[in-house]
Amino acid sequence: MTAPFEPGRGYELNPAVALRPEPFGALAYHFGNRRLSFLKAPELVELVRGLGSHRCVSDAVAAVPEGRREAYLRALASLAAADMIVPRTAGSEVA
Amino acid sequence: MSASAERVPALVEQFKGGLAAPICLTWEWTYACNLSCTHCLSSSGRRDPGELSTAEMRSVIDELHSMQVFYVNVGGGEPTVRPDFWELLDYAVASGVGVKFSTNGLRLDAERARRLAGTDYVDVQVSLDGASREVNDAVRGAGSYAMALRAMENLAEAGLVGFKISVVMTRHNVPQLDDFAAIADRFGAQLRITRLRPSGRGADVWPELHPTDQQQREIYSWLTAHGDRVLTGDSFFHLNALGGSPLPGLNLCGAGRVVCLIDPVGDVYACPFAIHDAFKAGTVRAPGGFARVWRSAPLFAELRTETSGGACRSCSAYSTCQGGCMAAKFFTGLPLDGPDPECVKGHGATALSAAGDLPRAGADHSHRGRKVPLGMPSVRAPAKLCDLSPLAGTA
Repeated sequence: MTAPFEPGRGYELNPAVALRPEPFGALAYHFGNRRLSFLKAPELVELVRGLGSHRCVSDAVAAVPEGRREAYLRALASLAAADMIVPRTAGSEVA
Repeated sequence: MSASAERVPALVEQFKGGLAAPICLTWEWTYACNLSCTHCLSSSGRRDPGELSTAEMRSVIDELHSMQVFYVNVGGGEPTVRPDFWELLDYAVASGVGVKFSTNGLRLDAERARRLAGTDYVDVQVSLDGASREVNDAVRGAGSYAMALRAMENLAEAGLVGFKISVVMTRHNVPQLDDFAAIADRFGAQLRITRLRPSGRGADVWPELHPTDQQQREIYSWLTAHGDRVLTGDSFFHLNALGGSPLPGLNLCGAGRVVCLIDPVGDVYACPFAIHDAFKAGTVRAPGGFARVWRSAPLFAELRTETSGGACRSCSAYSTCQGGCMAAKFFTGLPLDGPDPECVKGHGATALSAAGDLPRAGADHSHRGRKVPLGMPSVRAPAKLCDLSPLAGTA
């Protein structure tokens, strides 16, 4: 079971996931469950890569133009549901 | 609905332009095989003396690792007859390149099954083309059903949950779909069904073995009902023209876009079903290796452009079936921009009646002197390759 996505929490790219740059954005591969996901915009890839350095998801998407924020939050929620991004553990530091 | 202006084009449209590296890479490790299946799409049997050496195989694995190809589908021939098979398997896994290998079960004894169950990142796919011995062995040869079942028992016994049972759908096994599902359930395995292609020796038997129109509809409705539990390698997208709900998958020909094949001698083809010079993009042995072929081969550049749709463009079903399978058209003598030979609207049957000469497969490694029961002598390359036993050098 994956916990519900909470934009108020800090998330990071799952250490078991690799991102492969693609013309459309990136392909995410989960070495644990062997699933593929597609990040369909370069901006989303940047957002995901930088997720771990923000206090919470809401902070991370604040840099995104307002018109796209909702779409990216939905994308992040589905990445969380697929275990591609995970809540940051208490011990991990924010850079 | 969020019909925002920010919407990116559908992923499938982006895939048409090609990816940085394949998603679905098939890599055949040898042409040697202990069996002589009548429909073998790579015309396997005898090892080719020019097959990649262990060192060359390792360097391809290194390259796949650096290109972030996360897994490969290893086949053959029977890949496990390579004396260095297990060593290469371990090397790939240690390099972060996962392996799903297809086998007829030859080497999967209890001990090997236990070791596989303890290896992360390896998937096993056992081929079975009949849910009964008669139906299976008619295509795959005497004893092959018992061998596959024994391998499955060993895998299940060893606790390897979720291994795949791979079935090529023929006129004789479509009525056994439920039986295949029951076999998979019995072993805690996952069923995978794929389309019979007229490739390799498959060209000889395709006219007699490919499913009838009625059976195609049965496959479609069976998949609609059970599709969430069954893998298909996206191979039935031509059936989407039957309407209703599209089958899960990409619904496009991935050749050279998301799919390709590396054959045992290192030649790179657009897809595993198209071993023919017309679809050969290059070789991993040339400077720049596989990456250069994938990124710069003129053939792949061509396959990554939008196709015209040709004769299919005016058909109401074109957007759902995309004209079907390139290899199926090619090896039945049909134009690539026309209908699939198994077009569910019947356009393929019409086209087939007017088809010209059949192209001959590129390389034939079939065992000499073994009869292919339903064979017709349409695909025979000159005898030129060595006739080593596929089991030479193995324990």
